[in-house]
Amino acid sequence: MSLTRKNPRLEWIARNRLHPEHAQVMAELDASSSPSQWMGPNGLLRRDPHRVGRMGPNGLKRIDRSGLLAGQAYGSGGKQAKAEPQKPLITIDDPAFIVAVVPDMAGGELTSHDKDVLGMARQLADADPQRQGAVLAVVFGSYRETRFEHAGIDRLVFLEDERLEGYSPERRLSRLEDIERELTPERWLFPDSQLGGAELGRRLSVRLKERPATHVWQLLSEDGEWRCECRGARERSDIVRSLPRCILALEECAEPVSENRYEVKPVELSSTAPETMIRIDNLGQVEVDPASVALGEAEFILSGGNGVKNWDRFHNAALQLRAAEGASRVAVDNGFMPRERQVGATGTWVSARVYIAVGISGAIQHLQGIERCNKVVAINNDGGCDMVKRADLAIIGDAEGVLEALVELIEQKRSEESHHEAA
Amino acid sequence: MKPRESDKKSASLSISVLVSTGRHPITGRPGRADQDSRAVELAMNLQGGSVSLLHAGQPTEECKEALRGYLGMGIDRISLIEQSEHADITEVLTKTLKSSNPSLVLAGTKAEQGEGSGLLPFLLAESLGWSLVSGLVSIESVENGQATILQALPRGQRRRLKVRLPAIATVDESAERARQSAFGPARRGTIETISEASHIDETLASFEIKKARVRPKRLKIVKSSSARDRFKAAAAKSGGGGGQVLSDVSAQEGAEAIFKLLQEENVLKL
Ligand SMILES: Cc1cc2nc3c(=O)[nH]c(=O)nc-3n(C[C@H](O)[C@H](O)[C@H](O)COP(=O)(O)OP(=O)(O)OC[C@H]3O[C@@H](n4cnc5c(N)ncnc54)[C@H](O)[C@@H]3O)c2cc1C
Repeated sequence: MSLTRKNPRLEWIARNRLHPEHAQVMAELDASSSPSQWMGPNGLLRRDPHRVGRMGPNGLKRIDRSGLLAGQAYGSGGKQAKAEPQKPLITIDDPAFIVAVVPDMAGGELTSHDKDVLGMARQLADADPQRQGAVLAVVFGSYRETRFEHAGIDRLVFLEDERLEGYSPERRLSRLEDIERELTPERWLFPDSQLGGAELGRRLSVRLKERPATHVWQLLSEDGEWRCECRGARERSDIVRSLPRCILALEECAEPVSENRYEVKPVELSSTAPETMIRIDNLGQVEVDPASVALGEAEFILSGGNGVKNWDRFHNAALQLRAAEGASRVAVDNGFMPRERQVGATGTWVSARVYIAVGISGAIQHLQGIERCNKVVAINNDGGCDMVKRADLAIIGDAEGVLEALVELIEQKRSEESHHEAA
Repeated sequence: MKPRESDKKSASLSISVLVSTGRHPITGRPGRADQDSRAVELAMNLQGGSVSLLHAGQPTEECKEALRGYLGMGIDRISLIEQSEHADITEVLTKTLKSSNPSLVLAGTKAEQGEGSGLLPFLLAESLGWSLVSGLVSIESVENGQATILQALPRGQRRRLKVRLPAIATVDESAERARQSAFGPARRGTIETISEASHIDETLASFEIKKARVRPKRLKIVKSSSARDRFKAAAAKSGGGGGQVLSDVSAQEGAEAIFKLLQEENVLKL
């Protein structure tokens, strides 16, 4: 079957009788299909009702008035690849001021929280067209992010130094002080997050003797004056205050940038890394027993339902995967799992990166609980169940067999891995 | 009773805990602040440490009632530094800590009342020139003027740090839950008041403080130039669709597919 391709430009010209190329396009289209309407000699639009529509599969004439197929008759025939539309590139050559953002860059990529804060920085930089600011992002260590230009970053300070890799708040602070000295940003923005922004932002504000606004969740603008609204007293109060230089913002404090691309022009610092007194030694992340992690916080969950017949095998699989265990209500009611492991509307709302549902049908109460999961994998013998519809990857088959194969595969990879290390 | 870990060596380690007053999450009655009580618990569990509690604030009945909650954990006395309302307590706490000179100061991550910015420990560390660690969940050992501690990371993860003392640490809310506060000890303990001059926090007066309102939920905005796309996105059923379904595969092939996804998402520790 050949695909009919639309040519939006030709369609548009054909619709627009005043377009200079209208006649030419219509003539071209005439050649490929007989038109159902044309311009009469004295400027009236003529229609031939017999030529409208097309023959349906069972010999009846079908007239499509929804506009869905409009223009199909005008197919240009040529191949047109559908590319991501190129967003306009914005360059700011001579900014009046700088808004500095220090993203968390968890795993070397901008987190969604980072993007929200960058969105806030853009609001501040673009507010006054007479006084255009630039957004400067400060990135420590190495990164994997490839979409800086889409996040609203005009300038990038990239501090590549292996000593800045990982948790190193004291060294990072001293580099931020260098930036303060050389570029003197008008504002400093941090994500107020446990990933590092909350700590670094407070350290910098204290060092700069600037009282920061913390837990900021929205910007308010009153006749050219910026104010902000912050959460105080552990979520119990809102504080409206004028916007200070240092801002620690919560998630969803602003819309992330989506419309334009920005320059991401590198900025070099002239000073080199000074020696700072280091009082905190990072001994690295600690292996945590996944069973001890609260279900709501777990990153990786293996969840079992009524379709799990062999619970020993299920527990073993969770152990091998180093995943936290979850369960559907039926599994809990039947006494196979403790109540605190129940996922769903009446259990725990989870936010795992990967959620594997084994033998769970996907009742609405259960699906509600996994709404915020990033990737859902279903293992189920019923291809039509709701969990399979929700899943990003569904394996239709017997749960026991798939779990066993998965455990075997992981054991095999682990032994390969340890061979590698030994070699 | 919880088992006490006895292998935590720390000969004559003096610990100050900065406690604030909190509110019961449901009844709103004054009481211990959750994170601060966890800090007290942490300090009490450290063998060989001498623990002193410090609060700076208005010496009202309500405040004293709340502080008794900490005494009920088995603490003999609390020092209450008298301050007027809206006082900035950084300076007076700096002065007090400088003279008592503890090895370790514990505080909550953010207060349950007032601005709750969580800035105080940072201010104190800066003005005293001490080390600062955030998100403390447990103290593993203290030796040679250094403490080995565990720090909370998101998603229940932990990181081990070695910190030079004296240090100020903020205690995370995932640290061990505090023991119950008993009525008897709470009545028997003493609250020792110390009067000090107050510095009024001028900036606070310019803040407009109101009851927290519900934050608007972020709407999913579909930016598309075509109305049809926008309509389709708005009318689409959320969730479902677009997933890969593998039927008629062997268990091994299924396992391979899952394994690949787990590696892509970087959740599998080999
Ligand atoms: C008020 C209320 C609140 C509720 N709250 C919750 C809640 O919070 N959490 C929750 O989970 N439920 C909740 N429920 C229950 C919910 O409606 C469902 O009954 C429940 O989730 C179903 O559990 P299940 O998927 O494990 O079992 P089932 O619906 O029996 O599904 C079992 C699935 O396993 C598959 N299966 C069977 N054998 C195998 C095999 N050998 N290999 C692979 N797959 C197999 C079947 O095809 C089926 O899809 C609530 C119900 C009510 C009324």
